[in-house]
Amino acid sequence: MTLALEAVQVTKEYPSPSGDGIITAVDRMEMALERGEFVALVGPSGSGKTTMLAMLAGLLAPNSGAIRIAGQDLTQMRERERTAFRRREIGFTFQDNNLVPYLTALENVEYMLRLNGEYDRPGRERARELLVRLGLEERLKSLPRQLSGGQQQRVAIARSLINQPTLVLADEPTASLDTERAFQVVETMAQLVHAENRAAIMVTHDLRMVEYCDRVIQMVDGRLERVLSTREDITCLVNPALCERIPLAVLGYEEDEALQVQYVEL
Amino acid sequence: MSNGFHLAWLEVWRNRARFLLFSLVIALITLLILFVAALGEGLGLGNREYLQKLDADLIVFQDTAQLQISASQISPAQLRAIRRVRGVDAAGAIAFAGASIPRASAKPMDISLIGVEPGLPGAPPVLSGKTLYRSASDEVVLDAVVAQMAGLAVGDRVTIRSIQDDRETLYDLTVIGITDSRKYSIRSAVFVPMDTWDRIRSQAMAGGSNMTELPHNIAAVRLADPTQADEVRQALLEQVDRVAIADRQATWENAPGYSEQQSTLNTQRGFALLIGVLVIGGFFQIQTLQKVGQIGMLKAVGTPNRTIAVASLLQIVLVTAIGVLIGGAAALGLAQVFPGNVPIVFTWESGLAAVGSIMLMGPLGGLVSIRYALRVEPLTALGLSA
Repeated sequence: MTLALEAVQVTKEYPSPSGDGIITAVDRMEMALERGEFVALVGPSGSGKTTMLAMLAGLLAPNSGAIRIAGQDLTQMRERERTAFRRREIGFTFQDNNLVPYLTALENVEYMLRLNGEYDRPGRERARELLVRLGLEERLKSLPRQLSGGQQQRVAIARSLINQPTLVLADEPTASLDTERAFQVVETMAQLVHAENRAAIMVTHDLRMVEYCDRVIQMVDGRLERVLSTREDITCLVNPALCERIPLAVLGYEEDEALQVQYVEL
Repeated sequence: MSNGFHLAWLEVWRNRARFLLFSLVIALITLLILFVAALGEGLGLGNREYLQKLDADLIVFQDTAQLQISASQISPAQLRAIRRVRGVDAAGAIAFAGASIPRASAKPMDISLIGVEPGLPGAPPVLSGKTLYRSASDEVVLDAVVAQMAGLAVGDRVTIRSIQDDRETLYDLTVIGITDSRKYSIRSAVFVPMDTWDRIRSQAMAGGSNMTELPHNIAAVRLADPTQADEVRQALLEQVDRVAIADRQATWENAPGYSEQQSTLNTQRGFALLIGVLVIGGFFQIQTLQKVGQIGMLKAVGTPNRTIAVASLLQIVLVTAIGVLIGGAAALGLAQVFPGNVPIVFTWESGLAAVGSIMLMGPLGGLVSIRYALRVEPLTALGLSA
């Protein structure tokens, strides 16, 4: 069976700001996702996870390596083909500027149908149902500014799934939410990804959010550091107080004071 | 296309207060451009209206006058010679002077006092009453604006005031006819027979002349065959001493200050248009800068550049069109309440030219913002740059 996503030896290099060298943002990353998998991509700031996400989305071309989504190599596509491929096969949620501010919640979701030429009665019904499933029945006609941060993220999740894409990419979807709403959003996302049999990657630096993920891929300095794939390992990562096998220091978080404080609160 | 329209329309409609405010700015610029155009037309018409409506094909000037009416003097001898030239159907002497009509409850109304020869080119046709038919009579034909502003009708007596030496002198004449508006030198016209004109005109103008024959400013020549204008022009130059010939258009274009006035107003119109382009361009550029993240997100989710371009262009055209409509309507409304003596004339030609130029130049100003929007990288949605 074709993998939903396969990244092989993906490398991205930039010229250094001083101009006398090269910075390797992503170094020979490997990654594979099956349909129905919800994976967290974690790592400290500057570890290359957002750059990796941009390459997986076809927004940034790697210097070397291959990225295949549903068996099709993004790196071999022309710009136009990639744009068309993105709107068919990839769903997005972002940290900011997630929704079109002058479209209602329903219109934001329906916009993807319009882009794909599927703005018909069944499509519109699907959009409505998706939002209802996400608890937004009363807010279908609300503009983004009339929605809370959590509601906006739920609309974005609905938009990312409406076209039944192969891959859903979420860039720090909980960054601007309080803890309670952040958990709700990730839990909802996980449920929908599993229910709709999509593959999803969520970039986050908040380790508490990986609780609902099937796997955790950790990047450090542009490289794949480790993959946690058992429930036990992931639980340890989320709640290190219960587990000494994966100390935070190993994951490279010991210098991040904000995260340390969050763990103390837990 | 339809996605672009969908985005453009909903953005404008759901932010209608902001876009309306901007349309009002465009409306004000439109109003300014239309008024400058109307002023240009009004002043131009005020200078040339009589000459434009003249029933003549050629105008004869004194050769040294450089086609300046006020500097030109055509003698009766020259006039007679003109009439003898083959191909000349009729030639009428015309003389111009300034005078005024005193009004009981308002300032005296300045007029162009135009001396003509009854029945010859230069004498105006009438809308009501009779044309001038006798020389040396105390009869006048008023143009319609004079009649309206002075409250005069056929059969009324009109008083014309002129300065004789250093004294103000009043002449009572009878209105025998009303012609349509025939402004000259920005003033509405009163037509009198040539001998009457000579009696009324300011004697300071005569310069203490002791000439026995009355000189005129120009001669209006009607040709037997207008297609023979070049030949007759050549014959006039050969057979009449010391004259210069022009057609009507060259005559008004040589009127003192006419070209300068028109070019000044055209420059103002050009600048107003330029300001419009810059304002429209600036507004949409600022708006695009504010939307960089949103445009990046739209592109990241797969919106083609074409849709972004169509949406941006439609917005610019829509907002500009609404502004132009409001400005045009305001200009039309204001034109109705302007008094008749204000030299503002709205014509379809100049109005449509002004409106068309804004509609064309507005989107041109917005092109910069469209180009900028097209260059926004979808990567910005992830907070990255290429």
